[in-house]
Amino acid sequence: MLDLVWLIPALPLLGFLVLLVLGRKLGDPVAGYFATAMVGLSFLVTVGVFLDLMSLDAEARTEQVTTLFSWVAVGGLHIDLAFLADPLSITMCLFVTGIGTLIHLYAVGYMHGDSRFSKFFLYLNLFAFSMLMLVLGSNMLVTFLGWEGVGTCSYFLISFWHERESAATAGKKAFVTNRVGDWGFMMAMFFAFWAVGSLDYLHINEAAESLSVTTATAIALFAFVGACGKSAQLPLYVWLPDAMEGPTPVSALIHAATMVTAGVYLMCRISPLFEVTADYAGTIIAVVGAVTALFAATIAVSQNDIKKVLAYSTVSQLGFMFLAVGSGAYVAAIFHMVTHAFFKALLFLGSGSVIHGMHHEQDMRRMGALRKFMPITFGTFIVGWLAIAGVPPFSGFWSKDEILLAAYDKSIVLWAVGLVTALLTAFYMTRQVIMVFYGEARWHDAHEEHGAHGDYHAHDTEPHESPWMMVLPLVVLAVLSFAGGFINMPFSHETEKLATWLEPVLHPHETDTAKLPLALAAIAAGLVGIAIGFAVYYFKKLKPVEPKILLDGWGYDRAISNFMGGPGRKAFDAIAWADAHLVDGAVNGTGKLVQATAGKARRVQTGNLRNYAAAVGVGVVLLLTWFVIVRGIL
Amino acid sequence: MLASIVTTEWYLVLAAMLFSIGMVGVMVRRNPLVLFMCIELMLNAVNLTFVAFARQNGDIGGQTTVFFVMVVAAAEVVVGLGIIVAILRRRPTATTDDLAELKG
Repeated sequence: MLDLVWLIPALPLLGFLVLLVLGRKLGDPVAGYFATAMVGLSFLVTVGVFLDLMSLDAEARTEQVTTLFSWVAVGGLHIDLAFLADPLSITMCLFVTGIGTLIHLYAVGYMHGDSRFSKFFLYLNLFAFSMLMLVLGSNMLVTFLGWEGVGTCSYFLISFWHERESAATAGKKAFVTNRVGDWGFMMAMFFAFWAVGSLDYLHINEAAESLSVTTATAIALFAFVGACGKSAQLPLYVWLPDAMEGPTPVSALIHAATMVTAGVYLMCRISPLFEVTADYAGTIIAVVGAVTALFAATIAVSQNDIKKVLAYSTVSQLGFMFLAVGSGAYVAAIFHMVTHAFFKALLFLGSGSVIHGMHHEQDMRRMGALRKFMPITFGTFIVGWLAIAGVPPFSGFWSKDEILLAAYDKSIVLWAVGLVTALLTAFYMTRQVIMVFYGEARWHDAHEEHGAHGDYHAHDTEPHESPWMMVLPLVVLAVLSFAGGFINMPFSHETEKLATWLEPVLHPHETDTAKLPLALAAIAAGLVGIAIGFAVYYFKKLKPVEPKILLDGWGYDRAISNFMGGPGRKAFDAIAWADAHLVDGAVNGTGKLVQATAGKARRVQTGNLRNYAAAVGVGVVLLLTWFVIVRGIL
Repeated sequence: MLASIVTTEWYLVLAAMLFSIGMVGVMVRRNPLVLFMCIELMLNAVNLTFVAFARQNGDIGGQTTVFFVMVVAAAEVVVGLGIIVAILRRRPTATTDDLAELKG
């Protein structure tokens, strides 16, 4: 199966091409099932490759490169379109295709009745293809191809309902913000090529030890800038909350489970570089991660949109992953990435199910008491909630605990920030669960307003449970969110299956710190968060504190707009002026000069034959003179 | 003996004179036909030098070259006269000064 690894991205690509041609003809819901099947087949191939890889020796697992063809060959630059199947990339592929299949299936139900149904699945398949290229690429350029591909699909899908101005704007915002990160990625590529002479991960990682500290730090930090853009870290996180304008399956697939983890993946991919970099590289990454985690968690506390809460929560959890990377715990980062993909996809799909059941209502203040109407959604959402809140034995606890352990080894301050974030996470998720599923029903008044808008669902105001293809993924993801942590239990080397599996690629994080007290602290933080949540929103013993500044996300967005609209705008205008007058002036000036000279010079061509003859005659005489007198020939 | 008096220099001087006449003719005359004859004059002046040197050096190569020049000149006359006839049919009084459509 190993040489069939190219099938993993090829199948979604095939799905994309078929839908491109036949999408409209297949229609609703066949196009959706077809797209689902393509990603599902891709998942099966991944499982096959995974089993093959398992049967190899641990050492041989790191160098399974399948080359399709030579892509770029210019001078010293040789780049193949090649796939690297190693434990890291196949782990990513497993959950990308696995969760991707579930979300495709879910989307068949969610997007039912949309006028551009088949186009939605066309984009989803293209996204799956790009994401798999990103993950499987054996060199940075193939990864970059996928990197840009997922960015483009993200743009298409965020502004899928582009009739809505906010969706169109959000798409543009995501695209532009990501470009800033892409600049970092490209700089990292240039530096890597300059220093190593190759873009292959195997070569770069092999040569890492011989690189100078400065070079390694430059590559790592520029790659981190790229990762910040794609994985929504400070200061480039702004696009992710707005990306919630896209349909909910998109939020679950792209903006929670897969694409946004690409930055973390890239960091792990080049992790041998971090052995060489200056210490501050890791510290910068850890601090950015920790600050982002805390920052986003505080914002999530005040959001009223069901998806915005989850969006900020995603930013916060990604911060955790970067905290792990910065602390040198790559396995913990990947572990959290996997469990987060399970429970955050579950929570997003659950919220999508709620939105679907509530006839496209997203404001949590107009929900409440939904547990009676949507029992399965409620049950699975509870699992997701316990997982993200870090209640053992749910999956989130295990992975978050490992990150906190690594952070503690790095610095007690980082650990404390992580712990506070964990508490806040438990708190805002409890708040969300209570606002959505408990309390009194608050949707009746809301729906009267909707009725006035001529909503065709208006008569049927009762929320309803979603169809099977939406509920089934919820149940599967709930099981995974519960059990996902068992792949890496910290009790002994035997139970750390994920760490053992990834060991050929990622350096394990070794520690002497006693694990139990830290784990107890993490559990306590989670439980306290939940308790406060219940006290405030369920028993109403405490007044909720939801300052407006948190609803506005600390005014960060507005600060950026003001800066870009004010001084930034002036700077851009100045640059545009310089471009129009200085750069273009130089170019146009050269053109004008040539034109003027030619205008004068063309008069030499009189068209009069005798003038030409005279010119030839004079020329001959001059040449003769030169040869005879100056050169002395004859 | 005449042949011994007439050295190569004589031929060269004659060729130079013929060439100069031809060149001045090209520059000062306006009638296309006369222009053409002047060009022939220059070509044949050059031919004369070829033949003269061929005799001096006892080398047949110069005379061979002259044959080539004559053949090419004949071909050129055919094309050139064709063009001149065509022009004079449309504009019977045209001189080369009138044919300045290609001026810059």
